[in-house]
Amino acid sequence: MARGTTSGTPNNITKELVANFKRERDRLRQQWVAQMTANNLLAGLTQEEIESEFATIYDTCVGCLETGSYEGAEKYALRMAERGVLRGMTTEQIIGGLLVLRDVYGRALFSWFQKDMAKLNKALDAYEPMANRILAIVSMAFIKEREQVVRQQQEAIRELSTPVLQVRDRMLILPIIGMIDSMRARQLMEQLLVSIRDNRAKVVILDVTGVPAVDSRVANHILQTVDAARLMGAATIVTGMSPEVAQALVAIGVDVVRFNTVGNLQGGIEEADRILGYKVIANLE
Amino acid sequence: MRVPILKQENFLIASVQSALSDVEWERLRDDLADQVGRHRSYGVIVDISALDVLDSFATRTLRSIAYILSLRGAKTVVVGMQPDVAYSMVRLGLSLEHIETGLDLEDGLMILRESLKGGAGPV
Repeated sequence: MARGTTSGTPNNITKELVANFKRERDRLRQQWVAQMTANNLLAGLTQEEIESEFATIYDTCVGCLETGSYEGAEKYALRMAERGVLRGMTTEQIIGGLLVLRDVYGRALFSWFQKDMAKLNKALDAYEPMANRILAIVSMAFIKEREQVVRQQQEAIRELSTPVLQVRDRMLILPIIGMIDSMRARQLMEQLLVSIRDNRAKVVILDVTGVPAVDSRVANHILQTVDAARLMGAATIVTGMSPEVAQALVAIGVDVVRFNTVGNLQGGIEEADRILGYKVIANLE
Repeated sequence: MRVPILKQENFLIASVQSALSDVEWERLRDDLADQVGRHRSYGVIVDISALDVLDSFATRTLRSIAYILSLRGAKTVVVGMQPDVAYSMVRLGLSLEHIETGLDLEDGLMILRESLKGGAGPV
């Protein structure tokens, strides 16, 4: 991990700052907690949590300033983001808390060096990049955590959205529900092709009852799926085309002859039974 | 590498074991065109389950194999195409029109036997 540019080599002013921060640890922490309470940023946290958590944050920040290494801060931020999201602690609380801490640190700087303007400037030079960087690290950790949650959910939705069902030996049904975009179409096709191989399917019923609308791209995706299934030796039956979808396909000028289409899913299964040589006999007794 | 061509009943089975160069594809075509006459075969199965890539030349050669063999009086079934291959072929707009395809060797044999029952060739 890259070292901080300004504080990579601790100079005198940094050392002095660190010493001051360490000496005034308790007072500054109390000030911080008091300000957070005033700003109502501590809702939902117990006293022990506040004590231990804030001591760690305080020491981590000072540690970053002292060593110039932000690894510890990054690790801690990631852990905090994980827990924060799990426990329902808002991002506002955590970012807000850090801003307050920044404020507390800044005020301390002013009170220590108010007599010597040049020294105050130097101290700010050493302190500001650290404070900014820590804020950036924490914000990034939270964004990453959120992104991961979003990704996981997308994944879950994707898996739910394309079931390939086996109804009889060598017969699969792929019900498509909702809009198809390129991404979903590709996934659909891949999943179907793998299922054809795994289940040794000979007939696939592509049920598009749940597809509200098609454009030329979607039509093309469906055609490609049919073609790919055929290349693997499986026949495809398309069922459940609504009047709107059928009209749209004809209007677009899709080569409709390539579709083996049956009105509804029931008809599709009957057709598939015929191809596979099954006969359903009612046991009326 | 020469693709082994096995005779099974009235059929020939060509099992492609590894990726073939253009020349090897052409040789497979020539071998099949030759042997289908020699063995008086009524059907040929080309098993490509070991291939994970099928380029445009291979596709074209497969198609010409099927057409040549149909002129020589035999039906061709291409079997065992992997999902990835099928996927990339349709993406590239390549397809084996008018050529019978089957899931695997067993499926291919079944298809050929079915079509024999239909009347073509001896029973």
